[in-house]
Amino acid sequence: MQGMMLNRAKELLSDGTVNRVLGWQAGEFVYDITPAVFETEEELDAGFVYNGFCGNNLSKYLVKETLKDGKILVFLKPCDTYSFNQLLTEHRIDREKICAIGIPCDGKTSGEMLKAKGISGITGISEDADNFVVDTIYGQTTVAKADALEERCKTCKSKKHVAYDELLGEDGEILDSHRFDMVAKLEAMTPDERFAFWREQLSKCIRCNACRNVCPACTCEQCVFDNPKSGIAQKAAADSFEENMFHIIRAFHVAGRCTDCGECSRVCPQNIPLHLLNRKFIKDINELYGDYQAGAEVGTRAPLTNYTQEDVEPSIVYHREGK
Amino acid sequence: MQKIGVFVCWCGSNIAQTVDVQAVSDALAKEPGVVYSTNYQYMCSEAGQNLIKDAVKEYGLTGVVICSCSPRMHEATFRKAVASVGLNPYMLEVANIREQCSWIHKDKEVGTEKAIILGRAAIAKVQLNAPLQAGESPVVKRALVIGGGIAGIQTALDIAEAGFEVDIVEKNPTIGGKMTQIDKTFPTLDCAACILTPKMVDCAQNEKIHIYSYSELKEVKGFVGNFSVKINKKARYVDENKCTGCGECTTKCPMKNVPNEFNLGMDNRRAIYIPFAQAVPKVATIDPNYCNMLKNGKCGLCAKVCGAGAIDYKQQDQVIEEKYGAIVVATGYNPIKLDKFDEFGYSLSKDVITSLEFERLTNAAGPTSGTLLRPSDGKHPHTIVFVQCVGSRDTSGCGKPYCSKICCMYTAKHAMLTREKYPDTDVYVFYIDVRSPGKNYDEFYRRAVEQYGVHYIKGMVGKVAPRADGKIMVQASDLLANEQLHIEADLVVLAAAIEPDKSARPLATMLTASMDTNDFFTEAHAKLRPVESPTAGIFLSGACQGPKDIPDTVSQASAAAAKVIGLLVKDKLTTNPCVAQSNELMCNGCSSCEKVCPYGAITYIDKEFRMPDRTTRIRRVASVNPAVCQGCGACTVACPSGAMDLKGFSNSQIMAEVDAICQMK
Repeated sequence: MQGMMLNRAKELLSDGTVNRVLGWQAGEFVYDITPAVFETEEELDAGFVYNGFCGNNLSKYLVKETLKDGKILVFLKPCDTYSFNQLLTEHRIDREKICAIGIPCDGKTSGEMLKAKGISGITGISEDADNFVVDTIYGQTTVAKADALEERCKTCKSKKHVAYDELLGEDGEILDSHRFDMVAKLEAMTPDERFAFWREQLSKCIRCNACRNVCPACTCEQCVFDNPKSGIAQKAAADSFEENMFHIIRAFHVAGRCTDCGECSRVCPQNIPLHLLNRKFIKDINELYGDYQAGAEVGTRAPLTNYTQEDVEPSIVYHREGK
Repeated sequence: MQKIGVFVCWCGSNIAQTVDVQAVSDALAKEPGVVYSTNYQYMCSEAGQNLIKDAVKEYGLTGVVICSCSPRMHEATFRKAVASVGLNPYMLEVANIREQCSWIHKDKEVGTEKAIILGRAAIAKVQLNAPLQAGESPVVKRALVIGGGIAGIQTALDIAEAGFEVDIVEKNPTIGGKMTQIDKTFPTLDCAACILTPKMVDCAQNEKIHIYSYSELKEVKGFVGNFSVKINKKARYVDENKCTGCGECTTKCPMKNVPNEFNLGMDNRRAIYIPFAQAVPKVATIDPNYCNMLKNGKCGLCAKVCGAGAIDYKQQDQVIEEKYGAIVVATGYNPIKLDKFDEFGYSLSKDVITSLEFERLTNAAGPTSGTLLRPSDGKHPHTIVFVQCVGSRDTSGCGKPYCSKICCMYTAKHAMLTREKYPDTDVYVFYIDVRSPGKNYDEFYRRAVEQYGVHYIKGMVGKVAPRADGKIMVQASDLLANEQLHIEADLVVLAAAIEPDKSARPLATMLTASMDTNDFFTEAHAKLRPVESPTAGIFLSGACQGPKDIPDTVSQASAAAAKVIGLLVKDKLTTNPCVAQSNELMCNGCSSCEKVCPYGAITYIDKEFRMPDRTTRIRRVASVNPAVCQGCGACTVACPSGAMDLKGFSNSQIMAEVDAICQMK
């Protein structure tokens, strides 16, 4: 796949369709993948990679990239295309300046997950249908995907691309992978148990802002957390209340707009399952307003900003006993 | 920090009885920024207002807090008072310690504590208040009336009388509405046509009034004083300017079996028709669903017989664009469909009819030329049963939960007229209770019972079953005599509930005017602003707002006209300065606010911004039209970045109030 992508990117660069390519490149270690913009074929040859570590959702980077001159090529995995549509709906990116190529994804892993399995000295990765084949300085080792996939990939909502100009490889289907199971478990807890669960998780937060910075729904010109006038701007959480509030406010801000791409949990250095907060909103929206997937289409009126006569009455929320 | 004056009102004993006003003014005097605090028996009185004015001058107050009744009551009074001594009126806040405090508490200690907290919140808000200036917007001196029934006609006539241009949009080929189908009117029994048709003619002849008949609203944009409206004038295939209304075509058209909606399908008309003799405009219309020429290109007879050459088979719908300062909704009502009421057998027998059908059967212009005959066999009915509340006051879900208001009176009228004309007829009326408030109404009903010998029976009809011999069996209970009745009737008349016209719902969406769950338009205030919609510039006339008889409709129609005139005489409107404002530097251009705005006040513009690095960047940002914005604040909640804020009710002001309330003392 990496070869196909590289060839197509070079073609589009050389025929002038695009003047930049948004893709991935390795950092100091092969598993330290960062998004990167390539401007020449030489740069592509030197740095462009696509492998089992390339989890980053590139759609958010288009907000800044499409302000620049010329068209940019972007590679989008199925889950990234939902974010892409949502950004288009919110007029945050300029479709005219983008050439989007859909690429297949069979789930991603991370250096951390592999290291936790005792694999060290990683120098490369390849994959087949069920396994990651990891090259290390000690030789090759094979890990079953079922054991090494990111949480968001285990509960992947869709292998179908909902937006693209062209597609490399086969398009997939929308999946039913029980992504709300953990939310249901939390809902079944008593309020005290649930509070204890979240206190344990959120107390780990070091306010690094990685979740906000990576989130494709967090593209405000000025974030409320950076705006002294908002009354909630702080750089570090002063107490447990503020630890909670940061994440709760963020979840509210992206409610109805979050496509459940899972970037927040992927980048959290403290492994807080932040996606569960967003999924709770998504589950509630589905139950109260009918199934809705943010980003499935461009320009749809989201349930939370669209009043209809069939909308649920507040009393229903009481019937659910606040769950 | 503001220099704040606090004025606590006793409201006689309304507040002072459950709130220790002295304690409140003493406590609030200690709040930061408060330089003067007092209490007085009637703050809204002239002496009270002078107290405030003097304090503003003496202490150089920059902010004022009044602890009194609801701001809906006297906020305007107090704002005017402070403005007269040079303080910006929006630097005054009212803490409601009457409706939300003294009236709902019994314990003085609790009431006093709460009054202090409410005062403290208002003080916290005033600290963040900024002087606001009201803007201005021009007024187009022309009104639009939607619906040409008696409500629309009366409103249009009154507005035209005051010298303003009015357009009436009527979806049917003629104006006149339901009243044209009614025979006599209660409680005076004058003929409906005799009192209505002169008004219809007045409309047609008034040079200030323009009638768009056979037309519907297509699009409404804009705001109070400046609406842009697109009207779709449907093709009637007849040139209105040429047609003389001679009616020759309507007698020659070979398509004879078109159900006549004017007589509720009880007789037939032709494919080219004039609804009735006094139609305004008196112009023929071709029904494209039945005309053979329009459907198959064969016939053309009407064009041949038309001496004026008015027939135009190629006529197209025409879209007219016009600007208006005010819009009056007068879309009226319809009887409900009775297909859910099988127990009354409406669909089982031709001789079970609705009250409106009864009107046509007794009307000289109706299918029987005014002789009361059974629709099934054309014989005189000798026993007639009237059933009231069919679908009204119905909480089962089949009908309507409300009282349709007009049925008691028209049923009394029908019963009385039947006994008057056909004294050999037995007339039964089944009722839940008879509602006859109104001038000369109860007297009218008593006449039906006492002078005309109508059998009024308290109780509901359980079942209406047509028999093979043509009789209709009516089974009912007489609640007062506590017995079951079985009546062999010849005719059963059902007083069907009335509901708003089906066109009202999409119209409300177009106008962003609110409706209740029954699709009646909501008034701005049930008691104090009954003819205005909460959406500025939209007014309500007649049964579109709730069930009404003719006298009520005409009163409300004139009231709506008075409100419209009051708007149109102004050259400019002062706009409410408490409107939303977008901080363009923070706006993402995401459209969340635009989607939730119920008034269409938010648009997006591409604006050039200078960036910190001295480059420029075009960004899509929200722009609020202050003349359209009603200050509801929905956008401020939807805005993900906090760029949208409401002047006078900013997020920071509301948070300051909440903080003040939650503060522990």
